[in-house]
Amino acid sequence: MDKILLAHGEGGKRTRDLIGKVIARYFDNPVLAPLFDAGLLGRIEGEIAFTTDGYVVTPPFFPGGDIGRLAVCGTVNDLAVCGARGLAISCGLILEEGLPIESLERALSAMRGAAAEAGILVACGDTKVVEKGKGDGIFITTAGVGVMVPGWKPSPAAVRPGDRVLLTGTMGDHQVAVLIARQRLSLSAPVLSDVAPLGGLLLPLLERFGSRVRFLRDPTRGGVGVTMNEMAAAANCRIELEEGRLPVREPVRGVCEILGFDPLYLANEGKAALIVDGSVAEEALAALRQHPLGREAADIGEVREGPPGVRMRTLAGGLRAVDYPVGDQLPRIC
Amino acid sequence: MKHIDEFRDPATARALVARILRDAGNESVRLMEVCGTHTVAIARSGIRPLLDGAVTMVSGPGCPVCVTPDGYIDAAIAVGRIPGVLLASFGDMLRVPGKSSSLEKEKGKGLDVRVVYSPLDAVALAAAAPDREVVFLGVGFETTAPAIGGAIRAAEKATVRNFSVLASVRTIPGAMGMLASDPEVRIEGFLCPAHVSTIIGADAYLPVASRYRIPCVIAGFEPLDILLGISMLLRQVKDGSARVENEYSRGATAAGNRKAQELLRELFVPFDAEWRGIGVIPGSGLRIAARYARYDAEEKHGVRPVFSPEKTACRCGDVLKGKILPNGCPLFGKACVPEEPSGPCMVSSEGTCAAHFKYGTGLQ
Repeated sequence: MDKILLAHGEGGKRTRDLIGKVIARYFDNPVLAPLFDAGLLGRIEGEIAFTTDGYVVTPPFFPGGDIGRLAVCGTVNDLAVCGARGLAISCGLILEEGLPIESLERALSAMRGAAAEAGILVACGDTKVVEKGKGDGIFITTAGVGVMVPGWKPSPAAVRPGDRVLLTGTMGDHQVAVLIARQRLSLSAPVLSDVAPLGGLLLPLLERFGSRVRFLRDPTRGGVGVTMNEMAAAANCRIELEEGRLPVREPVRGVCEILGFDPLYLANEGKAALIVDGSVAEEALAALRQHPLGREAADIGEVREGPPGVRMRTLAGGLRAVDYPVGDQLPRIC
Repeated sequence: MKHIDEFRDPATARALVARILRDAGNESVRLMEVCGTHTVAIARSGIRPLLDGAVTMVSGPGCPVCVTPDGYIDAAIAVGRIPGVLLASFGDMLRVPGKSSSLEKEKGKGLDVRVVYSPLDAVALAAAAPDREVVFLGVGFETTAPAIGGAIRAAEKATVRNFSVLASVRTIPGAMGMLASDPEVRIEGFLCPAHVSTIIGADAYLPVASRYRIPCVIAGFEPLDILLGISMLLRQVKDGSARVENEYSRGATAAGNRKAQELLRELFVPFDAEWRGIGVIPGSGLRIAARYARYDAEEKHGVRPVFSPEKTACRCGDVLKGKILPNGCPLFGKACVPEEPSGPCMVSSEGTCAAHFKYGTGLQ
């Protein structure tokens, strides 16, 4: 067995072989092991959060991560920014005929690693094979179940002027790493995707500061720029960012300068934006910075009085709007 | 980041703004940033409101996508429909409306359009697909034109025969002369583009400056470049001088890039070109020289852009000439938004309307 065949998806012996000899090897846990039609999670104490996401990244392997790690972290992070510790995750694989088994194993191994890192169980799964040309090697969907931090829930309505906006680290690393991996830009830069599970960074903050952490978002597609707009809309508030405080790694800045991208709109896969009560902002920032995934956390702006929306105080001292982008960011042509 | 942070220093920016406000006194001055990259940089760094009352910055026609006539888009679509043709384009062009459609809409209906980041990518596409005819949509100013010429040279050298360029190249100084002589435009100074000037050189603006008695300052695209350039222009206006000054001395020289200029002279010839919304400006375009006709898509595929005035409420033409700011157009922000642009100034990321819309210029 060295490549995925259509027969691997037909439900017969080959399917059993693929699941038993390849996939299940990576998810060796008592919930998945019986290979029932559903993973039996047993009784769960607390309030439940539930989410799902699909992963279709091209190329599937990029500096700093791959589609497997992404598929676990993305879903774990969706739970984490809602205040939930991930318990169990599903793994839906859509494989293209001809995919090297080795690539599949690489992705599965990364899923296993990320799941262990996040302390989440891969509890159920499904495998489909599509004809060559009908997929892009490998697609993964995951759904995740988590338990809420007791007593905490996202409260955009509690946001008020004076609250601070925190970002847990640098912007744009993931998207730039993927762009470079596509090798269409004839550019190289030492940039690694930031893809990481954020539960361990964020949930202790919610336990410690409770409702003084108003709510959180993970700035994935559309980056911090879009997330800020979503947060301002959810809280019906005005957010004012400070350009000089936005953390961006030097090589990412370099790539953005060359291609005309704004790092504010580039995707991240291991970052969260938080709105916190101004009185605990410093403490919360210090706590974030003590965690390896939050070392470059920054206080990037403030909630202010005024009409809802996002504004930026620029380095030149001016004020301008930060809006949703339209379409892909395209390189400038002159 | 070295060589960038120095040009964004907040304290120096504050000092320059103070100097501009002081120099301006009670009389407000009207300056034009010719280039779309300046327009975006000014909007993005929020400079316009900082200078309120002292300097009014109006935006010029220096956005290649914006001034490309709709007849060109129609010609691109027509050539793209020829069986076997594959269009290669910069991404910005895709959403620009032609007379009845856009490349993006036609792409949805099956037109084969690929987005490339460099004209050389289009040559590579042609080399990799010998059974296709690759037509590169060569839109740009003096900055892009050498790269287009270089791609033609590269295709010639590698004997790639299935490659041609549908050219729409415009040159900046001619347009500046037209604007300076238009009494409705009322510009007191030009902030000249950085990148274009690296090619054509500062001396290229001497005829405009002397003939129309108008100060010209070449400035870089960073906030401090722009503020210093504005300050230099303002001092010239107050002195009554009309010189060409170069703030962007780290990139542009008096003579410019001679090698690129030679390339342009060899591959292109000047012609009286139409600018969308503005009209025909004598000698303001470059078309592919007869010697290279086999790389000229107009010759090779027998398509000719047909130019005719547009009937539309869109006032991109007046915006491009600096006669009105985008909010002076009845469509701006209403019938014309980035998702559904009526005119090219809202399409291009460097378009004046897009910049004003995106960065909410004038917002408090």
